[in-house]
Parts: sequence; C-alpha cells; structure tokens
Amino acid sequence: MMHIFCPYCGELREEEEFHVKGQAHIERPKDPEACSDAEWGDYLFFRNNPRGVHHELWIHAVGCRKYFNITRHTVTYEILETYRMGEQPTITGETKADPTTQAKGVSA
Amino acid sequence: MSDATTLDPQAGAAVDAQPQDMTSSQTSVIDQRPTPEVHAQCARSPLAHLFTARDDGDAGIVLQEKAFLGHLTLRGDPAQPGFAEGVEAALGLALPLTPATLHQNEGGRSIQWLSPDEWLILVPGEEAFTVEKALHEALAGRYQVVNVSGGQTVISLSGDQARQVLMKSTPTDVHPRAFPVGRGVPAVFAKATLVLRRVSESEFELVVRRSFADYLGRWLLDASEEFGVCIKG
Repeated sequence: MMHIFCPYCGELREEEEFHVKGQAHIERPKDPEACSDAEWGDYLFFRNNPRGVHHELWIHAVGCRKYFNITRHTVTYEILETYRMGEQPTITGETKADPTTQAKGVSA
Repeated sequence: MSDATTLDPQAGAAVDAQPQDMTSSQTSVIDQRPTPEVHAQCARSPLAHLFTARDDGDAGIVLQEKAFLGHLTLRGDPAQPGFAEGVEAALGLALPLTPATLHQNEGGRSIQWLSPDEWLILVPGEEAFTVEKALHEALAGRYQVVNVSGGQTVISLSGDQARQVLMKSTPTDVHPRAFPVGRGVPAVFAKATLVLRRVSESEFELVVRRSFADYLGRWLLDASEEFGVCIKG
C-alpha cells in the first residue's frame, strides 16, 4: 500500500483514504459562448495521457475531504510532489529528467 | 443566508407573530432533544439493541456506547477575525489548529480538527443546545454550526487488546508512537468510515454514523471475540 502526503493534513496517510479525480489544472474557458465546438469539446472531453510526469487532481476523501494536486510519474507510479489547490507544480516534465529512457526494456 | 425565522415553510404568515429562538446570526435553531421525561421513555440509541451488558471475565476488550451525546459540526475560516476567540468563548476550549488534533476538558466537552475549515464538537447531550446557541452568539460572518446529534453515536473501545482490534479493522497506524493521546482522524474502518480518536492512554473513541452503527457494532463484537469482551451497559 502507498502512503500519500496530504498537504492539508500535513502528513502521510493511507492510499485507501484518497481518490483520484483526473487531470489537474484544467481551466474552464472564460467565455464559453465564444468557444468553437472544437475548443469546448477539448475542454470537456480531451485529457492528456502522458508517459511520464503527470499532474493530477486528488481528493482526501476519508480525511479532510479537500482536493489537492499530485505530480505523479505514470510509469514508475512515483509521487514526485503534492501541492494545494491554486498552487503551481515545481516539478514538471521539463524539469524532471525522464526516467523512462533508462527504464526502457524494463517491465514498467 | 436568509433571515428565515420559522421552521414550517407553510407558516410564512406567522413569522412575526411567533418568533422562534433567534440569535444575532439570524439563524433559527431549535432544541432537538426532547424533554427529560420523554427522552427517558422513548430515546433509543443506535446500539441499544446490540451492546447489552456482558462480561466474559478477564476480558481483553471493553466496549461501551456513549449514547446521546451532543454532536455539532462547525465550519468556518480560522483566519477570520474573532473566529477562534469566539469558539473558545462559547465552548471553553481552544480551537485546535494543528491537523488531526483534539482538545478536551474535564466537563466531557471536546473539539476535534477534521479539516482546515471543519471541526467536530462533542458535548454532553443536555448541553448540545446551549453550546449551539452560544456558538451562534459568539460567531459572526461566514460560519456554520449544525447539530448532528441524531445522526451519530460514539463507541468507547478500551482494554488491553484494544489496539489488536483496531489493527484488524483499519489501515490507519494506531501504534502509540503514531497515534498519541489527543490525536483524532477520520479513518477507513472495516470498509466503512468513522472518526477514530484517542482520548486517553487506555481509551479510543469511535464516532460512527447511525446508519453504520449496527454493522460496525457487529464487526467490533466479532473482532473482539477472541480476546474476551466486556460490554458496559
């Protein structure tokens, strides 16, 4: 079982207490009326599915019941950082050397 | 927040004629607890049917339902001026601002941190309305106090083997090093959820929802069977 750091509770808690809620930092178009169908469809339905560093929205469902963000590596499952709503990640795909290059050929 | 003063939406015309218990916050509150006579006659706690007095002799587990306590949930922003002071004035206990901590006093009152903007207050049942009113008097601005006494109950778990039963039931680390006295957290427990708190060296309290009480009570009895059970009526 994994332990996940909740930035609101300030400590590591059991994975069972959390739920993932999909990609983080999705911004609703400021003026939906002015969107093209493609833009609106992209906002509603299309999500990144990277092999590598991914920013996700999680909720501490059995706990403080707050949403927060996790930067997670989708290949190694490593949680690189957790941060509160409204904050920006310090680790991104650009800042983090991609370990998948080393991991190639290894069962991931 | 609306300034509704009546509990009966049909009785709009009677608002002025029959003012309810009003406080400075313009929130209507009623005493949910029946009179002592009615309470003594009719009240049935969520575990009354299950936790009947029992003593296996040399029991490793002691269970007791702390029935009919006053449960209040409080929400608000602790950074708001006067919020923490108001809670302390109304309750007689400092507002816990450290995550997963619990403040309690000799009078059976306690307040537990649940979230950066939410706390659980437990008081003796007959004080629930007094405390609820006092909080409304003392607080202003954006806050919320809800009396949830009817929806929850408390199970006291103690005895030499109490930790063994918890370890069977929850992934939360209950080792004394990780779970000192004064710590309280919501927890996954036997696939249900509850609030687990350690109120003294020897005693844990489980705050359970009424709808989970039967299931969790049976789970606890089953999990405790091997250690011998004493149930205080």
